[in-house]
Amino acid sequence: MSDIRVRGFAGGIDSPNPFWLASAPPTNCGEQIMRAFDAGWGGAVWKTIGEPVTNVSSRYSATDWNGLRIMGFNNIELISDRSIQDNLREMAEVKKRYPYHAVIASLMVASNPEAWHEIVARAEDAGADGLELNFGCPHGMSERGMGSAVGQVPEYTEMITAWVKEKARTPVLVKLTPNITDIRTVARAARRGGADGLSAINTINSITGIDLDTFVPRPDVDGKSSHGGYCGPAVKPIALNLVQQVAADPESVLPLSGIGGIETWRDAAEFILLGCGTVQVCTAVMHYGYRIVEDMAEGLESWMRTKGFGKIDDFRGLSLDRITDWKNLNLNYKIVAHIDEAKCIGCDLCHVACWDGAHQCIHLDRVTGPVNGPIELHSTPSQNEARTRSSIAVTPVTRKERAAASSPRGQYMTPIERIPRVDETECVGCNLCSLVCPVEQCITMVRVDAGLPAETWDERTHGAATATQPHRS
Amino acid sequence: MSIATLPDDPQLRERFSELKPPLTPQAATIESNRCLYCFDAPCTSACPTHIDVPGFIKRIASGNLRGSALRILDANILGGSCSRVCPVDVLCEGACVMHKQGRHPIRIAQLQRHAIDAFQAVNGDVPIAPARSRNLRVACIGAGPASLACAAEVCRQGAHASIIERRPLPGGLNTYGVAEYKLRAIESLHEIEMIRRMGVEFRFGAGIESAEDLRELEGEFDFIFLGIGLGAMQQLNVPGEEAEGVMNALELIAGYKTGRIRELAGTVVVIGAGNTAIDAANAARRLGAETVYLLYRRGESDIPAFDFEYEHSKVEGVQFLWRRQPTAIRMDPNGVLLLDTVQVREIDKTLLPIPDSKFTIACHLVVPAIGQSPITDLMRDYCKIEVRDGMIVTDRANGRTTNGRYFAGGDCANGGREVVDAVADGKRSALAMLRIAEAAYV
Repeated sequence: MSDIRVRGFAGGIDSPNPFWLASAPPTNCGEQIMRAFDAGWGGAVWKTIGEPVTNVSSRYSATDWNGLRIMGFNNIELISDRSIQDNLREMAEVKKRYPYHAVIASLMVASNPEAWHEIVARAEDAGADGLELNFGCPHGMSERGMGSAVGQVPEYTEMITAWVKEKARTPVLVKLTPNITDIRTVARAARRGGADGLSAINTINSITGIDLDTFVPRPDVDGKSSHGGYCGPAVKPIALNLVQQVAADPESVLPLSGIGGIETWRDAAEFILLGCGTVQVCTAVMHYGYRIVEDMAEGLESWMRTKGFGKIDDFRGLSLDRITDWKNLNLNYKIVAHIDEAKCIGCDLCHVACWDGAHQCIHLDRVTGPVNGPIELHSTPSQNEARTRSSIAVTPVTRKERAAASSPRGQYMTPIERIPRVDETECVGCNLCSLVCPVEQCITMVRVDAGLPAETWDERTHGAATATQPHRS
Repeated sequence: MSIATLPDDPQLRERFSELKPPLTPQAATIESNRCLYCFDAPCTSACPTHIDVPGFIKRIASGNLRGSALRILDANILGGSCSRVCPVDVLCEGACVMHKQGRHPIRIAQLQRHAIDAFQAVNGDVPIAPARSRNLRVACIGAGPASLACAAEVCRQGAHASIIERRPLPGGLNTYGVAEYKLRAIESLHEIEMIRRMGVEFRFGAGIESAEDLRELEGEFDFIFLGIGLGAMQQLNVPGEEAEGVMNALELIAGYKTGRIRELAGTVVVIGAGNTAIDAANAARRLGAETVYLLYRRGESDIPAFDFEYEHSKVEGVQFLWRRQPTAIRMDPNGVLLLDTVQVREIDKTLLPIPDSKFTIACHLVVPAIGQSPITDLMRDYCKIEVRDGMIVTDRANGRTTNGRYFAGGDCANGGREVVDAVADGKRSALAMLRIAEAAYV
């Protein structure tokens, strides 16, 4: 068995696994968090504690995609609407009953040292294993000078982190907002302020959509809406990029708790490959409940075992050196699309995608039987379509007609004229066709030998400078 | 003036409850999103009317239901009834590429119905060119799917079309001949009402019986489209066929659909194993017959009915008597109908009776369902139209007969296929007439 335990994260936080609940509605109270721990979660970041707020109704909206619910999720809910006292009393209770799980207090108070000193002391007295400073909340609280209003200004971030560090005895994580041009400026500030770790990312400013009958954006609060924080599967690619930026920046890098659209162990593994020591989940739990953690833990352990990773640190950050600036990519690496005729189902999406969206090099010009002259007819998609639309089709009504209609033609399950052909001399290896192909492993990108040594843009444009550097091969 | 309709009969509705209930809006959205949106899609190619299937399905997914319906109706004005009666297993859904991935094909028919139902629920109208904007008058004989499609296309493009029908209701087999659990007669009439609103003129109770009638039409119209279907159902050619208690399948189906037959009892024997025979046998069951036999002279693997129809009839409780032929229909002294049958075997494509295999079935109703006879001679003799093997000879690409003023489509020209084939024929004829008229005025 591989060991998925977390030990000494950010200078001292342990948890049975790297799966933590993010500070959000699933961690609103002690009762919820205890049920979550029973379900298998390794840690929980308490719904942000501060002076209680009044929330609005409604609070959430979502982006559905192709009939699937909640590709992206949006909220305009504020921090906890429960008293600090209630939250901390329950926190103490949770810690007493679950001493080996990580309980992190997410905090947000007014921007003065006294308020921060007081809340830090109270949270730690309640037994918090660590503190997460909510400098990321992009809605509501930011209008009151808190949340992302702090996280968008490096000076404020550094200052408040430093105030907290004056008092804190437990590790301090700063939660970063993505709603900023360069997340590294704030990450560096947090580090300068003494943060022990970073949580990234908080939600992204969003308007998820507008009701086309009422013209009110969602969520509708009595005829008006407000921008909210976007999260869920849709934001994962953005989160991965921001995590990588922080992890790859020597002045930013700190132990990272990855957040943003994590729903499965696969997502979690990707964040860890970019350097995260723990991951935090909210939307997926709001969608499916605490039970999703079972597969996350099993799946991660099982994958680690297959790959020979004994513990999380064995693969943490492994992908970081695989990300480089564009100028360092090999310009002479050449791949071309290859269509597996036996797998092709004849949807011809690659043909139209290549013609309309790429480089016009996937053709419907395969023919059966002998050919006189060139076969590169290069009909456009509309010419191909017009040909079939003007053909005469009839219902096969007799048994004989039905048998003829359903019998396979040729060696492939798809008629040869519907299996597209890649013109490899024109193919630029863009991947588009393999991305639109609905059949797994039908279109693969195959490396071809360009007959040239590897060369990057940087090398090409600074030829003299690179002459002394060893050539990659 | 609206087209006459039929009263809603709750008993009929209950007994012939829909085989495939409509999709809920959300189910339709989910299903529509499964569609891969194939380019030059095989489903579209397989459809005789080449409905832009991915096009209308993506419009459902986006919530553009009116656009979806218009996309369907643009290709096939009877898209509503086709969504209910088409043998989609051998057409669009059979061609769906999902099969090749081992996945369930997109439920194209159900989605098509979803779009058209929404359109008809608000009495949607198909946009048409201004009436009389083209100087062309077309008469369509018969008010079945072929003529409806022809007339609708002619009117849509701004010319005039009249449909001449001897029966009191339009629709042909769509109204009188389709199993009610697939397409209710009143739904067929509702669909035709939409076609009437496009400007098609209907003349009911007007049969074309003589050369004189045809001459009159020729005087009034530029082109005549023959959508006359097939002739009467074929006779069994056994003694006693005229007995009371013998009723052919189309009579039985039309009878229950128009409310003339509301109840059956006892034993019913249907002779034949085509799709119409199956419809009649299922109907007999649903009308209350305790025992329904389907008698077929060949074996199970030879039946002309579609596989899904055969499977369905088993579910309805129809029993099958294979390799058996009727030899006589008699009445016993107590007034019980007797059907004499004999076992046959096929030797060199000939069916030979097996000695001592006679078996008599006492029954209440015998329903011959062995196909329709070829069409009348009137057309051939008067119009100088070539008729071969009981079918009017046409150019499939444009429906033209050997007489330049006559076009033909549907069963009378294709020998008896599906509604969708008739629609395709009718539309191709209409387009050809419009092209000819256009050329004449240039």
